Amino acid sequence: MNNVSAAGSPIVSIVNVRKEYILGKAVVPALQDVSLAVMPGDFISIAGPSGSGKTTLLNLIGCVDTATSGQVLVDGRDTLHLSDRQLTDLRLHTLGFIFQSFNLVAVLSVFQNVEFPLLLQNKLTPAQRKTRVEELLEKVGLSSHAKHRPSELSGGQRQRVAVARALVTRPKIVLADEPTANLDSKTGENIIDLMKEMNRAEKTTFIFSTHDAKVMAHANTIVRLADGRITGLEAATRA
Amino acid sequence: MSEAVLLARIALRNLFGSFLNLVIGGIILVGTLLFVVGGSLLGSIDAAMSRSIIGSIAGHAQVYSAKSKDELALFGDWVVPDIAPIPDFSKVKPALLSVDNVKTVIPMGTNGATVTYGNTVDLTLEKLRHAVDARLKGDRSSATNARIESLKTHVRHIVGVIQGDYKKLAVLATAAIDPDAVAALEKAASPAFWSGFDRDPLGHLEFLENKIASLVPDADMIFFSFVGTDLDAFRKSFDRMEVVDGQMVPPGRRGLLLSKYVYENQFKLKTAHRLDKINEALHDEGKTIAKDPDLRLMIKQNRTQIREFLLQLDPLSLSRAVAALQAFLKTPEADPAKLFASFFDTDDSNFAARYRFFYDRIAPLVELYRLRPGDYLPIKAFTKNGFLQSANVKVYGTFQFKGLEKSGLAGAMSLMDLMTFRDLYGYLTPEKLAESKRLQDSAGAKFVDRDKAEAELFGGGATVVSRATEKAIDERAQLGGVRYGKTGGAGADLAYSPEQIEQGVVLNAAIILKDPSKLDRTMKDIDAAAKKAGLDLRVVSWQKASGNIGQFVFVTKVALYFAVFIIFIVALVIINNAVMMATLQRVREIGTMRAIGAQRTFVLALVLVETLFLGLTFGTAGTVLGSLIVKALGRRGIPAVNEFLYFFFSGPRLHVELGLGSVVGAFLIICVTASLSALYPAVVATRVTPVQAMQTED
Repeated sequence: MNNVSAAGSPIVSIVNVRKEYILGKAVVPALQDVSLAVMPGDFISIAGPSGSGKTTLLNLIGCVDTATSGQVLVDGRDTLHLSDRQLTDLRLHTLGFIFQSFNLVAVLSVFQNVEFPLLLQNKLTPAQRKTRVEELLEKVGLSSHAKHRPSELSGGQRQRVAVARALVTRPKIVLADEPTANLDSKTGENIIDLMKEMNRAEKTTFIFSTHDAKVMAHANTIVRLADGRITGLEAATRA
Repeated sequence: MSEAVLLARIALRNLFGSFLNLVIGGIILVGTLLFVVGGSLLGSIDAAMSRSIIGSIAGHAQVYSAKSKDELALFGDWVVPDIAPIPDFSKVKPALLSVDNVKTVIPMGTNGATVTYGNTVDLTLEKLRHAVDARLKGDRSSATNARIESLKTHVRHIVGVIQGDYKKLAVLATAAIDPDAVAALEKAASPAFWSGFDRDPLGHLEFLENKIASLVPDADMIFFSFVGTDLDAFRKSFDRMEVVDGQMVPPGRRGLLLSKYVYENQFKLKTAHRLDKINEALHDEGKTIAKDPDLRLMIKQNRTQIREFLLQLDPLSLSRAVAALQAFLKTPEADPAKLFASFFDTDDSNFAARYRFFYDRIAPLVELYRLRPGDYLPIKAFTKNGFLQSANVKVYGTFQFKGLEKSGLAGAMSLMDLMTFRDLYGYLTPEKLAESKRLQDSAGAKFVDRDKAEAELFGGGATVVSRATEKAIDERAQLGGVRYGKTGGAGADLAYSPEQIEQGVVLNAAIILKDPSKLDRTMKDIDAAAKKAGLDLRVVSWQKASGNIGQFVFVTKVALYFAVFIIFIVALVIINNAVMMATLQRVREIGTMRAIGAQRTFVLALVLVETLFLGLTFGTAGTVLGSLIVKALGRRGIPAVNEFLYFFFSGPRLHVELGLGSVVGAFLIICVTASLSALYPAVVATRVTPVQAMQTED
C-alpha cells in the first residue's frame, strides 16, 4: 500500500467515492467519501464487520457495480464512463474473481471450469489453453482432479479451482470476496497461502475482503472499513 | 468460435441435467412423433386417394357449366348436385385442347339408374314363356319340348315350395293368410292345371305370372350410378380401368360396362356373395367367425335364406345338389331345406372346405349372377326435368378400377356410352325440340302448365276437352318417318359416329394433363381459354370435383395441423415456463459467468442454444421414433376395414410412406417453438447482474 509514495501509478485508484443504494424510499449510503490507491503487486485485505461496505467496495473495483459519485479507475480506465460491454471486457481481461461460495459451473468439469474464461477470451489455441489450464491445476494441486465435477470435490478443493479460474487469464488484479468464509480455518489459511504464493510468483495484485483476523494477517496492507468509511490503513504484522 | 464450443458444452451437459428438461423433452418428442406419423399418414392417404380419384373418373381437373346451381361432386354429395348441361361439347373440346398442358378432354355425365328385377318365379316363367313362344312359332324340336317339360316341372316345384311356405305361415298366423292366394296355389299345384297347360299355354302362363309370381316378395330394385362418357377415350385415359368379365363396349356401339363391385353386390346370388365376404374376412382381414358377430349374422342369413336355392333349382339340379350334400355332410337327410341349412351352418374349422365345395359342386347348378355379359338391362333413369326415361342397354361386361375393387365409392360407378346417357338424361337437342313441337301441333295437343292444370282442364273456361275428336292414331304418320332406336332388342345397340359424341350435351368433362404438377397454372389457363372462347365454364381440380370425399383429406389435414398447432402452443407455454424457472434457478451461475467476463449476448445465446439443443435432441428422437412407426406401417400396411378406407387407401392396405415434408416440418416447428419459448427467459437471463453472483447464499 503506497498511498502516498509515487513509485509508479496505481492499478486501482478510488477518489471520493460515494455509493448509495435505494431501499424502498430510503437512500442507504453504503460507501461515503472513500479514496484508495492500490499499487500493482499489492496484497490487500479489506476488513470490517458485516455491513461495513466491504463487498460494495470490492464490487466497485471489480467493475460489477458503479459508484454514485466519485471516480473509480481500474487499470487506468474510468469505470463510470464505460458501457456494460466495455466493463465486461475489462472484467474478462484485467480482473479475476474468487467468490465466497466458489460459484463453479456445476455441469462442467474442473478442467472446463478453469478453461471457461479462456474460451470467453478466445485468444489462445486449444493446445495453448490446455497447457495453461494444466499448469494452473498443477499449481493449485488438482491435476489429478481435472475430470471431476465440482460436486465431487471438497470445499477447499472447490475454492482452489476457483483460484485457478481467477488466475488462468493472468489478470492484473484478483478480487476475492470473503474467500475463506465457507471453509474451515485450516483450509482457509491454505487458500490464502496459495493466493500469496501466486502474488509473489506472478506479481498479481490481490484484493480480498475478510472479517477473519487470522486471514487478514496475511495481507501486506489492511484497509479497515466501518459504516461505509475507511477508518484506517495499516501494514499487516506479517507482511 | 470457442464461445460456441463453450455454449455447446454447457447445453449438452444441461440436456439431461434436470427433471424439467425431461418434461420439456417429452412434450417435444410426442409432438414431433405425432407430426411425423400423422403427416406421413395423411400424405400417403392424400397420394393414394388422389390416385383413386384422378385415375378412376375425375382426371386431373373437371369443367362444368358455370350456370350450375351446385358444385360438381363426382363421388356424390349427400344430394345429387344440380349441374347445368353444356349443350354442345364440340365447342368445349377444342377450346380446352388449345391449352398447352391439356392432353385429353373426356366428355362425361353422371346419372343414377334404376333396374326393376323380377323375382325367381318371374325369371323361370319368362324362360318358360320364351320356350312356349318358340314352339308356337313352329319350333317342334325335341330340345324345345324337353326344355318346356323341364321348366314346367321347375315351376311345379316352385309352386310346391311356396305352398309349403304358406302352410308354415298358416300355423303361425292364420289371419295373415290371403284365402285367394291359397286358392291360387291350390289351383297351380293341381295335376289338372298342368295337364291342361299344353292346350292353352299362354292362358296358364298368364295365371301363373299374375297370381303366383306375385306371392314371392323377392323382387328387387337395383340402383347404381353410371357415368356416360366416350368409352374409348375413357379407357385410354384412365389406366386404372380394367375389364373383368366380358368385353369392352366396341367402338361406336351403345352399351354398358357394369362396375364389378355393383355386379358382385347386386347381381350375384346373395348367398354366394355372403360366402365371398366371409371368405374375404377370414382370409384378408384376419377375422374369425367365433369372434365376429357380423360374420355370424351372415352365416345365419345363409342358413335361413335358402329359398333362393330351392326356387332356382329345377328338380334335376335339386336332386344332384341333395346327393352331393348328403355325401359331403355324410348324412342320410333327404329334406333339401335342412341339408342346405346344415351345409351353410359353418364355423372357422370347416368354412374353407365348404366354400370350395360350394363353388365346385353347388354353384354350377344355379345361376350365380342374374345377369351375364351380353344380356340387356332395362335401365330407368330420371331426366333432368324429373321424367322417367328408360333404355334397354346391352351389358358388355364388367370392369373395375385397379386398387378400388372393393370401394363402394369409386367402385360403384358403371360406365355407359354417351349416346344412351343423353337419351336417359332427356336433354332435347334443337332438332328434337322442333320435332316434338311438330308432333304437338299435328296432334293438336296443348301444353298445360302443372300449376294451372286443374283450372285449365276442369275449370269453367276449359277449352282443352271441347276440341278433342275421337280418331285412331296413325303412329307411323305421326312420327313422320323418323327412326328411333327401338326399346329393346338389337336396336338398342345402334351404332353412332365419333361426331355424334362430340356434338351434343355433356354435363362435365374430365381433363387429363401432360404434366400434372402444373395443375394450378393449367387450371388458370383453361379458365382463360374458356373465357376467350365465350364459354361459361367452371374449372375445378380433381379434389374439388370429387365432392365431400375429396375435401375429407383436406379437412383431416387441417384438423391434424390444428392439433399439432395446439400441442405446440401448449408446449410453447410449458417450455417457456420451464425455461423461465430454470433460468431463475441459475441466477448465481449466470451472474458468475457475467462477472468473469461473459457478455450479455453470451447469456442470451446460452439459454437459446440450450433450449434449441433440447428441442433438437428430443425432436430428433421423436422423428426417428415416428419414422420407425411409419416404416413399420409401411411394411405391414394399414388394412382398409371398410369401403371408405378402401377408397382413401386406394386399395386393401395403405402402405404409409415417410413424408420428407413432415420430417422437415417437424424440425422447423421444433426450432421455431424452442426459440420462441426460450426468447423471453433468455432476455430475462441477460438482465442478471454480476452482483447477483457475489451475494452469499444466505
